[in-house]
Amino acid sequence: MPQTMFDKLWEAHEVSENLIYIDLHLVHEVTSPQAFDGLRLAGRAVRRPDKTIATADHNVPTDGTMAARLIADQLSRVQVETLERNCEEFGIPIYSLGSERQGIVHVIGPELGVTQPGMTIVCGDSHTSTHGAFGSLAFGIGTSEVEHVLATQCLGQRKPKTMRINYSGELGFGVTAKDLILATIGRLGTGGMVGHAVEYAGPAIESLSMPGRMTVCNMTIEGGGRAGMIAPDEKTFEWVRGRPAAPNDFDAAVERWRRLASDEGASFDTEIDVDAGAISPMVTWGTNPGMVVQVTDSVPDPAQMDSPADRESAERALAYMGLDAGTPMTEVAPERVFIGSCTNSRIEDLREAAEIVDGRKVAGSVRAMVVPGSQQVKADAEAEGLHEVFRSAGFEWREAGCSMCLGMNPDILVEGERCASTSNRNFEGRQGKGGRTHLVSPKMAAAAAIEGHFVDIRDWS
Amino acid sequence: MRPIDVIEGKVSVLDRADVDTDQIIPKQFLKRVERTGFGEFLFYDWIRDGEIELEPNPILLTGANFGCGSSREHAPWALEDFGFEAIVAPSFADIFYSNCTKVGLLPAILDEEHCRAVAEAGEARIDVDDETITCAAGVFKFEVEPDVKHRLLNGLDDIGITLENGAAIDAFEGSGASGYGPVTTAL
Ligand code: SF4
Repeated sequence: MPQTMFDKLWEAHEVSENLIYIDLHLVHEVTSPQAFDGLRLAGRAVRRPDKTIATADHNVPTDGTMAARLIADQLSRVQVETLERNCEEFGIPIYSLGSERQGIVHVIGPELGVTQPGMTIVCGDSHTSTHGAFGSLAFGIGTSEVEHVLATQCLGQRKPKTMRINYSGELGFGVTAKDLILATIGRLGTGGMVGHAVEYAGPAIESLSMPGRMTVCNMTIEGGGRAGMIAPDEKTFEWVRGRPAAPNDFDAAVERWRRLASDEGASFDTEIDVDAGAISPMVTWGTNPGMVVQVTDSVPDPAQMDSPADRESAERALAYMGLDAGTPMTEVAPERVFIGSCTNSRIEDLREAAEIVDGRKVAGSVRAMVVPGSQQVKADAEAEGLHEVFRSAGFEWREAGCSMCLGMNPDILVEGERCASTSNRNFEGRQGKGGRTHLVSPKMAAAAAIEGHFVDIRDWS
Repeated sequence: MRPIDVIEGKVSVLDRADVDTDQIIPKQFLKRVERTGFGEFLFYDWIRDGEIELEPNPILLTGANFGCGSSREHAPWALEDFGFEAIVAPSFADIFYSNCTKVGLLPAILDEEHCRAVAEAGEARIDVDDETITCAAGVFKFEVEPDVKHRLLNGLDDIGITLENGAAIDAFEGSGASGYGPVTTAL
């Protein structure tokens, strides 16, 4: 019987019914301390430190602090130092503050090549779905599950349902992977993928670069999906080739990886068709990623919404966002611009933004910052001179970390500040209490920084 | 985890859909390395700004897609520490649902109409074994997966259960099926 890629991955990792083996466990400072405590209390060891890797990302300052003990914020310092101690005690390799491999956990996995096709990958972080871009089964877990994987290298899981989203056509000029996934979530809603492992397929997905595919899979969780995945192809293999953790017998690995794609005729619980050619640059207007419109549209009018529940949440969202129904999105003026996060902080994202910024100046009303996803991205960008492009335009150029994606470090919005952000969540208070987040692509964020308001990147020059 | 069997008492109502984990427990409280003491920070901004009021009753009734967003288990820890023993909603985000079952906080899915009835009744009795919620308006069924129910009723430790299966894990590792993939310690 023809199988989906998800079925193949599940079957190959099932130790016993609904207990799956985990090939790679990524660990960071925020969701792990209580798990290590649990191990200590029960006198348990980490079963496979060789399939585990840790980094510090959520809490780290991006101001050039280069060692955990130098972090000014006491709670953050304790958390990062606790991670370092736990990794030392349990024998887990760690790239902490000061390491040239440190960075956002979902950026460094693919960068080191530890993210490979055909694997099961988990992390105590919902955006673990990012790694599915390589044709792996990757999903976020809670702290109890982190402890479970540390102790057993396995995870009990209800088998999710399968969904395939088929993108026909091609993305238009100026339209990016970020717009594709925002438009998809706008259509399906934030609960539209709940309970499903989602495969993204079709010509528009095949023509995306690996970073673009990662952006798409990254935001699967914003649609409620359990895991996002894309069939591996030549681009995937080329990405992994030559990376520090690439398999020694690379050709044999590729042979195996070629068999992962969903078989012709495989059946999914749900299939959805999307015309990629009809997607425009997108901007969120509300307080969840499903509250999104094309940049050419206006802020929606709650009165026009069908269900009383939608109306009510739209009204609340507009009040929070300080927006009036009917205002054209291009008149909305952010005071802050954040280019970063595991959604859009890879070298390709920075190149795209730099191209827009090159030779221009950030508007006087805007404070803009770029936070590379990893120390490696930062080094690569500096080797290309991108930091100079950003700096001379008036952007701040920071060290790697999650930064203002969630504002656990000092990079936050103040009450009422409006931000064009390349991250993935526009929840109330996500980037700082009372902060107002608009999710956009790196190009759109860069152009907003220059103009001081959103612009349609397609007719902006 | 302590066993749960019957949860009975008053119902607190939070009439909102898509309540995300950033609201349930804002990020500034995720810096703690302990597992307890999160209750006082539950819905920190909403409560502090007077947007909502919540009594620490045994049952919280709320809207669809509750717990969407991050995987932070701090969210169920905070709800439990605040005093809730069960959350009733028309639907839950996947990771949040699973996290609740790990800490012994019962997530019960009930359709919108029955949710409204429970909210209006103001008091209810939830029987985990029977999978029923009883209130003044009637007796409503909800579903729990058999293995989750078994764990909740007996307060079992997941890791202990899996380790009883140690031979299967050894066999899987011995079969070569896990032989692929990177060796992180060799990097
Ligand atoms: S960049 Fe943002 S979304 Fe990504 S792991 Fe960090 S906090 Fe989470």
